[in-house]
Amino acid sequence: MRCKDASRLVSQALDRPLSIGELIRLRSHLAICRGCSNYRQQMLFLRRALRRYSSGKTSAG
Amino acid sequence: MILRNPTVRIVRLPAALMGPSAAGRMATRVRSRDGIVPHAGSDGTAEGGDGVQDWRSDSLYIAEIRRDMLRFAVLQLRDSQSAEDAVQEALLAAFDGADRFSGRSALKTWVFSILRNKIVDAIRQRTRTVNVSALGAEGDSLDESFEALFDDKAHWQHDTAPGQWARPDEALEQQQFWEVFDACLDHLPENTARVFMMREFLELDTDEVCRELGISAGNCHVILHRARNALRRCLDGGWFAGEGA
Repeated sequence: MRCKDASRLVSQALDRPLSIGELIRLRSHLAICRGCSNYRQQMLFLRRALRRYSSGKTSAG
Repeated sequence: MILRNPTVRIVRLPAALMGPSAAGRMATRVRSRDGIVPHAGSDGTAEGGDGVQDWRSDSLYIAEIRRDMLRFAVLQLRDSQSAEDAVQEALLAAFDGADRFSGRSALKTWVFSILRNKIVDAIRQRTRTVNVSALGAEGDSLDESFEALFDDKAHWQHDTAPGQWARPDEALEQQQFWEVFDACLDHLPENTARVFMMREFLELDTDEVCRELGISAGNCHVILHRARNALRRCLDGGWFAGEGA
């Protein structure tokens, strides 16, 4: 799998269930690619931050 | 609960609930606190169990929460009048059901969940919230910057491979981080941003987002990914690069 495809799947995983085949291919790519693993962590962080933003929790109050 | 005729109730509410001009007209009434829930002397910051009983008569607190709500609603509706309407409806609904809450943090979360529903209602009532043809044009420039991250074998370029962000959870606790986050959201092209926010803020599922907009699922995924990548790059440069990542 190429990084460009992996990055797309990482994003789509936030929006739809991946097929078993996609999951397996993505997982084996992430296991050997630091850049894509970091990309996934960044995407997961974005999701957390956006959820917080939409609950109004952007400051101590 | 949606109040069909909010004006009937408005006379009982603090001025902060209304827009600036209404706030002026209501000032005297609020100071006299006539007809408002008994006030237990909140200082506006109390987090304790008795803080909630007061919040409906705490005009400072309401002004603050209203400001945050309005910013959130304007970002998505891009129209101050419908944003004001959504915020006011959400606050009115919140006034009716607020007794269940024991702390202001939980209260704010709940008020925002009402607001999100009001925004979803507003979006659904619109015939067209997104200019689908403008989406394509916006996408071209976002796609260009995405493509530039990769070499001709579709692997990350040497200097564009995503790094490890330092202490991301600490960032979430910092006011300055949210200022950067706000600015980065504002930087997203308008139509792309609206699709993205329907998904991320209003938590509509992807099928519903596509259906509302009349675009294909594939196109929807492309738009969402574009937005995420743009936001990621903006935070990377605007925050994490300076954090010694």
